Amino acid sequence: MNIDARDVRVELGGVAVLDDITLTVRAGELLVLVGPNGAGKSTLLGVLSGEIEPRYGEVLYGQRPVGGIRHAELARLRSVLTQENTVTFPFLVSEVVAMGRSPWARTEAGRRDISAVAAAMEVTDIAYLATRRYTQLSGGEKARVSLARVLAQETPVIFLDEPTASLDLRHQEDVMRVGRRMADEGRAVVVVLHDLSLASAYADRLALISDGRLEALGAPVDVLTEERVERVYGLSVELHVVAGRPVVVPRR
Amino acid sequence: MSRGRRAVVLSVSLAVLLVGGVTASAVVGQLAISPAEVVGSVLRAAGIRTAWAPDDSVIESTLWLIRFPRIAMGLAVGAALAVAGAVMQAIFGNPLAEPGVVGVSSGSALGASVAIVLGLTALGSGTIAVFAFAGGLLATLLVYAVSRANGRTEVVTLLLTGIAVNAFAGAGLAFLLFVADSGSREQIVFWQLGSLNGSRWQEVVIVAVVAAVGAVVAVILGRRYDLLALGERNARHLGVNVEALRIGSIVLVALLTGAAVAFVGIIAFVGLVVPHAVRMAIGPAHRPLVIASAFGGAALIVLADLLARSVVVGADLPIGLLTSLIGGPFFFFLLFRQRKRSGGWA
Repeated sequence: MNIDARDVRVELGGVAVLDDITLTVRAGELLVLVGPNGAGKSTLLGVLSGEIEPRYGEVLYGQRPVGGIRHAELARLRSVLTQENTVTFPFLVSEVVAMGRSPWARTEAGRRDISAVAAAMEVTDIAYLATRRYTQLSGGEKARVSLARVLAQETPVIFLDEPTASLDLRHQEDVMRVGRRMADEGRAVVVVLHDLSLASAYADRLALISDGRLEALGAPVDVLTEERVERVYGLSVELHVVAGRPVVVPRR
Repeated sequence: MSRGRRAVVLSVSLAVLLVGGVTASAVVGQLAISPAEVVGSVLRAAGIRTAWAPDDSVIESTLWLIRFPRIAMGLAVGAALAVAGAVMQAIFGNPLAEPGVVGVSSGSALGASVAIVLGLTALGSGTIAVFAFAGGLLATLLVYAVSRANGRTEVVTLLLTGIAVNAFAGAGLAFLLFVADSGSREQIVFWQLGSLNGSRWQEVVIVAVVAAVGAVVAVILGRRYDLLALGERNARHLGVNVEALRIGSIVLVALLTGAAVAFVGIIAFVGLVVPHAVRMAIGPAHRPLVIASAFGGAALIVLADLLARSVVVGADLPIGLLTSLIGGPFFFFLLFRQRKRSGGWA
């Protein structure tokens, strides 16, 4: 399923935090949203996932406006990994992951609950944590469990808001590999990332957001140019292309 | 021990506590009645004749007019308060939320007192209950509106809000005590202390129906409460209509608390101690939690009431005094533990 955002404008207290955004997220692609702090990446993710209602413009899931889709159905179309992932009560890791299956209760796909949970825990490398309490995990473990919960939801569209924050180098790569795999399975995957090199390595397309506007959209190699990165981030950088993918190194 | 095995142990101990507590409550009192007579009397009411059935009409009336309604009221009130506590903790996202602590109970008591002092009987004998419900609902809405930020409630904010609501309701009660005649005054004092003394079947039926319906609704909503533990945004992303769930649950808490408080007064800490103990035993999943809490609350109140009327010979201690005596230190322990764990009062 494709997602179309058309002429989206979001205002906060009368000030535009996103403006003039038109983009299509295609099924089967990994789209990474990059940009400086406060540029509006998370807001755009919120608009695309139907959490934030734009002041102007519209977001379509297939042909349907996202605002017109009921909570329960929307949860079977898209899953969202938020940055904040605290759990109030001491649920077990396996219980937390299984919560991702709740939108499918009383549906045909509900039969896949057990295998979907097992698969999600396998992919995120948390099977050994199954009987631990979520509240006792380290930050990195919590992040992976939350990702597993999102994957267990098995939706055609997946949104990940900074999934690599608080993860070590290997698990960062693992998460992006998982995202890549989901896209290859035909899902639409939208990820917010800060690391430009990591984004370039895995993304089909990059959307560079600056000051609430879509600065550039396209293949990493086309979007990330020295001139553009320096202008948007206000930092002088050196750009290398390794195996067709840009690697960004600040000049120090 | 696995959670599954613990669940079995918990169910068995709750059943033993309930049956034991109910039997002991029927047997113990100023008039000594043997367990055989109690069983015989119950069987006779069910249409089964046995040699155990008591012939003495005093025993019959003591059981059916005084002890049984009191026991039934205890069961219903305990279940209602414990379920209210579990639901409240779920929607506040805070294990320390409890109707008594945050002021829902005193809101209910204030509502009930207003009805007493003004002599309102417009809606018949249920008038006091309706006022108790309204007071409880107002207090819950107030606490909810004031103490939440970003879909969660911090302990400090919650407790401070509770202090404010309790203080306000306390002032209202004091004012009503001041203006009331001596008859109403006595009734209000009774509300503040809480007692199952003088429970009548008509009242028992109301509380029992509310408790049963409330518990069933809470069990049905249980899965959604589980998702709420992930935070409001995540619950919404998983398809929960958070706003509707919240409002519905607030009404549920006010109904359960209001029904209980209307007839027996403020009995604090049941909604805190019981769900907490259950959670420690079988984990936080809300469906089993609500069910076990209902039975646990029922057992706790019946046992506490037995204690209240037998610990001092010839006197009927207020049961609210007893539960607070146990609940106060327990609450302190929970606070202490949470502070140690999270490294602060958040």
